[in-house]
Amino acid sequence: MLTYALPLSAALFAIGTLGVVVRRNAIVMFLCIELQLNAVNLAFVALSRQVGIEGQLFVFFVMTVAAAEAAVGLAIIIAVFRHQRTVQVDRFNLLRW
Amino acid sequence: MPSSSSSGATAPFADPASSALSEAAALPVQQAAVWEPFLPWMVVLLPLLGFVANGLLALVSATRSAAAVRAGGTEDSLSLDGGRPRTHRWPTYIGPGVMIAAFLLAIVNFAGMLGADLHEPVVAGPYWTWLATSSLRIDVALHLDQLSMIMMLVVTGVGSLIHVFSVGYMRDDPGYPRYFAYLNLFVFFMLVLVLGAGYPLMFVGWEGVGLCSYLLIGYWFADREKADAGKKAFIVNRIGDFGFLLAMFLLFDNIGALDFVSVFEGAEAAFSDNRALVTTATLLFMLGAAGKSAQVPLHVWLPDAMAGPTPVSALIHAATMVTAGVYVIARSSALFALAPASQAVVAGIGALTALLAATIALRQYDIKKVLAYSTVSQLGFMFLAAGVGAYTAAVFHLVTHAFFKALLFLGAGAVIHSLHHAFHETGSKADAQDMRNMGGLRAKMPVTWAVMGIATLAIAGVWPLAGFFSKDEIIWYAGAWAGAPGNANGSWYVVFWVVALATALLTAFYMTRLMVMTFHGRSRLGDAEQRHVHDSPWVMRAPLIVLAVLSVAGGLLNVPESLRVLVFGAAPFEWLHHWLEPVTHAAAEIQVAGMGEAAHQSPVGGGELTWALISTVAALAVVGGAFAVLRKRLYRTAAEDADPRTGLALALERKWYFDEAYDRAVVRPVLALSRWCWKIVDGIVIDGFVNLAAALARLAGWTTSLFHTGQVNTYAFVLALGVLAVLGAVYLP
Amino acid sequence: MTSLLASVAYETWILHFLVLGPVAGMIHVLASPAERAKRIALGWSVAVFAASTGLWWAFEPGAGFAFRFATPWISLWGVEYALGLDGISLFMVLLSTLTTPVVVLASFRYVATRQKAFYALVMLLAAGVSGVFLATDVFLFYVFFELTLVPMYFIVGIWGGERRIYAAVKFFLYTALGSLLMLVAILYVYFSAGTGSFSYEAFLAADLTLTEQLWLFAAFAAAFAIKVPVFPLHTWLPDAHVEAPTPGSVVLAAVLLKIGAYGFLRFLLPLFPDAVQHPAVTATMLALGTAGIVYAAWVAAVQPDAKKLVAYTSVAHMGFVVVGVFALTVNGLQGGLMVMLSHGVSTGALFLLLGMMYERRHTRRIEDFGGLARVAPLFSTAFVITALASIGLPGTSGFVGEFLALLGLFERHPVVAAVAATGVIFAAYYMLPMVQKILFNELDKPENRSFPDLSRREAVVLAPLVALMIWVGVHPAPFLERMGPSVEAVLEQVDRDAGVLLEAVEPGVGAALEQVEPGTGAVLEQVSQSAIGAVSPPPASDDIARAAERDATATGNTGQASRGAAEPGAGGRETPERRP
Repeated sequence: MLTYALPLSAALFAIGTLGVVVRRNAIVMFLCIELQLNAVNLAFVALSRQVGIEGQLFVFFVMTVAAAEAAVGLAIIIAVFRHQRTVQVDRFNLLRW
Repeated sequence: MPSSSSSGATAPFADPASSALSEAAALPVQQAAVWEPFLPWMVVLLPLLGFVANGLLALVSATRSAAAVRAGGTEDSLSLDGGRPRTHRWPTYIGPGVMIAAFLLAIVNFAGMLGADLHEPVVAGPYWTWLATSSLRIDVALHLDQLSMIMMLVVTGVGSLIHVFSVGYMRDDPGYPRYFAYLNLFVFFMLVLVLGAGYPLMFVGWEGVGLCSYLLIGYWFADREKADAGKKAFIVNRIGDFGFLLAMFLLFDNIGALDFVSVFEGAEAAFSDNRALVTTATLLFMLGAAGKSAQVPLHVWLPDAMAGPTPVSALIHAATMVTAGVYVIARSSALFALAPASQAVVAGIGALTALLAATIALRQYDIKKVLAYSTVSQLGFMFLAAGVGAYTAAVFHLVTHAFFKALLFLGAGAVIHSLHHAFHETGSKADAQDMRNMGGLRAKMPVTWAVMGIATLAIAGVWPLAGFFSKDEIIWYAGAWAGAPGNANGSWYVVFWVVALATALLTAFYMTRLMVMTFHGRSRLGDAEQRHVHDSPWVMRAPLIVLAVLSVAGGLLNVPESLRVLVFGAAPFEWLHHWLEPVTHAAAEIQVAGMGEAAHQSPVGGGELTWALISTVAALAVVGGAFAVLRKRLYRTAAEDADPRTGLALALERKWYFDEAYDRAVVRPVLALSRWCWKIVDGIVIDGFVNLAAALARLAGWTTSLFHTGQVNTYAFVLALGVLAVLGAVYLP
Repeated sequence: MTSLLASVAYETWILHFLVLGPVAGMIHVLASPAERAKRIALGWSVAVFAASTGLWWAFEPGAGFAFRFATPWISLWGVEYALGLDGISLFMVLLSTLTTPVVVLASFRYVATRQKAFYALVMLLAAGVSGVFLATDVFLFYVFFELTLVPMYFIVGIWGGERRIYAAVKFFLYTALGSLLMLVAILYVYFSAGTGSFSYEAFLAADLTLTEQLWLFAAFAAAFAIKVPVFPLHTWLPDAHVEAPTPGSVVLAAVLLKIGAYGFLRFLLPLFPDAVQHPAVTATMLALGTAGIVYAAWVAAVQPDAKKLVAYTSVAHMGFVVVGVFALTVNGLQGGLMVMLSHGVSTGALFLLLGMMYERRHTRRIEDFGGLARVAPLFSTAFVITALASIGLPGTSGFVGEFLALLGLFERHPVVAAVAATGVIFAAYYMLPMVQKILFNELDKPENRSFPDLSRREAVVLAPLVALMIWVGVHPAPFLERMGPSVEAVLEQVDRDAGVLLEAVEPGVGAALEQVEPGTGAVLEQVSQSAIGAVSPPPASDDIARAAERDATATGNTGQASRGAAEPGAGGRETPERRP
């Protein structure tokens, strides 16, 4: 079981990371971050069978955080979009210096 | 302030804290000498009240004239038409009024003391505790003894006369109430100086009179030169104050108290092992005294101080404040007696100052400058007297000098007042103080001429006027001191004696020159001006006459036995000497113990009477000779007098280049150093380090900020790389 | 008066009111419309001042703290909200409560923008300053110490002149740097004392070797010396003063500088007695203080900007405080305190006067004025009296402090005192030319002819200060009497065991110290090296003495209430015999 789950988790995480690094669209980057989180969730669940129930507990934390993050993050993206008329992240560097 | 002097006043005591004890112990013994001073604090308080009242009037008047200036009026637009405003009428009564009241109170106290046969000082108060810490206690109290009584009489007496004179002199000045406010304040501080029961209180008066001097020299403050002169006086005085301050510290450190009674009681015990300390302390006091009394090398402020109104010059810069240095030495005689080296310094500085100032006076044209240098020179005489332990002679000369120098200044003031008025009427721009613009005034101002003639003879030391006795005594003591058996510096004192004699003759000469240039010879005034010149009103003339009488009779205060024949036995024998005995005997005892009795003849033989006769004849000869020669001389007015001076004449006219030397050696280097400290040390060195630190921090920030591209993807990429690197470092071997 | 105060239970609430009153004022200001801000701030500050005047009667001179109050704040670390008042803090508190209404009143015209924020910050500053002087918990002290920085930073940075940002940042970073060093030192003492408490007494009882003390001294001294400021850490002050708005300058000069000197008295001396008495340390501090007096006077004399000139005179005045404090004599310490008091009043007043000039003419350059005495006699009178108090004329407040400080210094170090006393000459050298150029000389600039005299509001601002200058100058005894026992307690604390540690080095280095003149850094270095080498490690017998000391201190803490005992210093801590 673990032998399948962990490589899958790693693969999903790598894809998510790659997406965050190479994509420019904020929404897509956001999806990739979710992907990373869920990859970690998968690893937690898989490991919890052997290590203990805490793994599953943490999954709930991660999901809560992800939900909150989605709400705040999307709100920011919308706010930025209103000003800049774009969600391409290389088009703005508001927080630079 | 308590309504009367408290119980401590009757008992001579050392420490106010234990006054109750010492009083109980002392009363039965001292029963005969009990003397209750009559409202002594009132003498001091009266001028202060005058200051407050006049000061308020001055503020009212100044506010009014400020409004006039702001409304576009002229600077002196105070309109006196339609009657003088109240602010200019009341000071006439308040200013001299408080002074005369104080003088009367002083006389009452003097009479009381005369009848009491007092051997110990009476300390009135303490009224309140000024400073108190666990190791130091300074009470506000008044020290009443024979010396301070004399000073109190001089300050209030001469002060009253000058206040009265000022009513006429300053009548038309817009700052009339302000003038009287300052003058009253000055007298207040001067009384604190002479009556304060300890060095700290004396220092309060000491700096206070310096302040008033500053304010009064710069009285016409709109004139930059006059304001500068006031500032110079204050700063030079502060150099002296620095010495006074350190001297106080030294005394406190070694004796543990600063009130006179304790200091003089404890001095001998504290300093018997360490004479160097008392020498240092007295030299520091001498520094203070030199600053206040304009002795070389700190004399430069006094001639400039003539920028003030002339009555101020008479009161502050001739009769009272400048003699404070003599007073502090006489007051500290018990300390100076322990330090023969300091005494030699005092005498030497005195003699040097007397001579230098007298030579400068020979070539001055400003009538007030001549008198200023004359004052410096006479103060030198007083220091010489103090330096040879003849404190009575110093105080004696201080008193007579207060009379005749005040008279000379007021007389000069009358002349200047009259000429100023005349020049003003005719629109002439000539200098009313320059003697080259005077001449032949005797006919126009006979009273002024007469009183100034008396004063001139007095200062020249002509028998039987006041200056003859006081100056003769100084010269005599200088000579006698040289012959004291235990005097290690005897030969120096011979020099001082010769210098004193020579200076006396120089004095006779420059004063005669002043009289001739002012009152005799061809008049150098225009015809138009001539018509406006006349004697002063009575309010100014009366003080002159009183002072003239005092200048004539003042010498009777202290006629020595050997000279009594000269006044036909008409004076009590050495009255002042006996009067001051309780104050000076401590010093005299130490001196006699250390050095033996002074000689009974001068260094080249001859007794006191002989030399008195020689000096008066010589003085008369100089006066007569100078008068005869100078009267024929044709002086040119200041405007015409354009001959370049050379050699000695130039050096004298430039006052031996003291001001120039100070400018180059002190003023400019200090300014340059200050500027260097500011621009280089502060601006470049210190701030350089500060700004360098800031710049380094900024550089570091800028460098790292290059990584801050603003592209989230880049951050994520670096983050991922970082995580991989850490994982690799941990898990790969 | 005393019974009146007792009837309102004055002792129980006054200290809290001093700290929390301004905070309440701040909240009130923030909650009100902007146009009413200044009146509300004035009301609160006057109320706080009026309440604080009761301290004059309620405070009975004695060693140790009065009106103590303590309640746990962060109990995990042993931090308490602990307040107390002694003779040293009494006058600092009164000075700051007086300054606040004066400053508020003086800002009525000067501050036209963002009034709400301004007055709120002033009130916050007042609270912080009260807290600094009243805190008897070291952690609490540190919090208030930092708290004073923030409002001042904004006051300079927002309402300041052209280079306000530079000045504000310089001020903030300079002070913060010093206080962070102090924080490290505080934590070190906290952990080495091991009592788990930040209370002042716990810190006093901390058992520190000489080497530790020297390092900790350096860290504390850095914080306070920057604040004072001691030469050569002074350059932030002229910049801050010049750029700060008038009210900022006044608070800075009158109160904030005092925090540093107060720190010397409250913390440096009692906490690190061995380090303080170390000859090299004393020599360094005296040399820096003396250098400050002379150097700052020189630099002041050539300033074209009146405000900068006065700023430098602050450095010179605070030099007198430093030499007075490190003379380690009763007279010196009392003198230092009096200089602080006098400087607060006179320099504060000078800044107010300069501010009034600036409001009228929008320039601070001395040469733009001249002859003002003709058009503004009341203003000129106030100016002259203030200037005279500043240069220490007898009869004004300035003299009392300088005299005592120099006298106290002379008792220990006559040569240093002689150098420091030249400050009285240079004081005249910097102050009189400015007075002359502003008030005297000809009224030759047409703009100055319409220079208005003091308004009624300005007269009300200045009158109490001028009155105070003269009162303190004429009758300072009540002031000295109130601070005396506390100052002596500090000295007892300094002497408590310093003798043991330093006995070994005293004779040799004592003589060297006499010869040390400012500027001979090399000699100082050498002395310090040899002295440190000679005394560490401390002799074993010393530990026993210390242990006894700790016990004594511990019992002393509970005995704090027994105040007003006959012998100064006996009320607070039982101290071992004072060594010669």
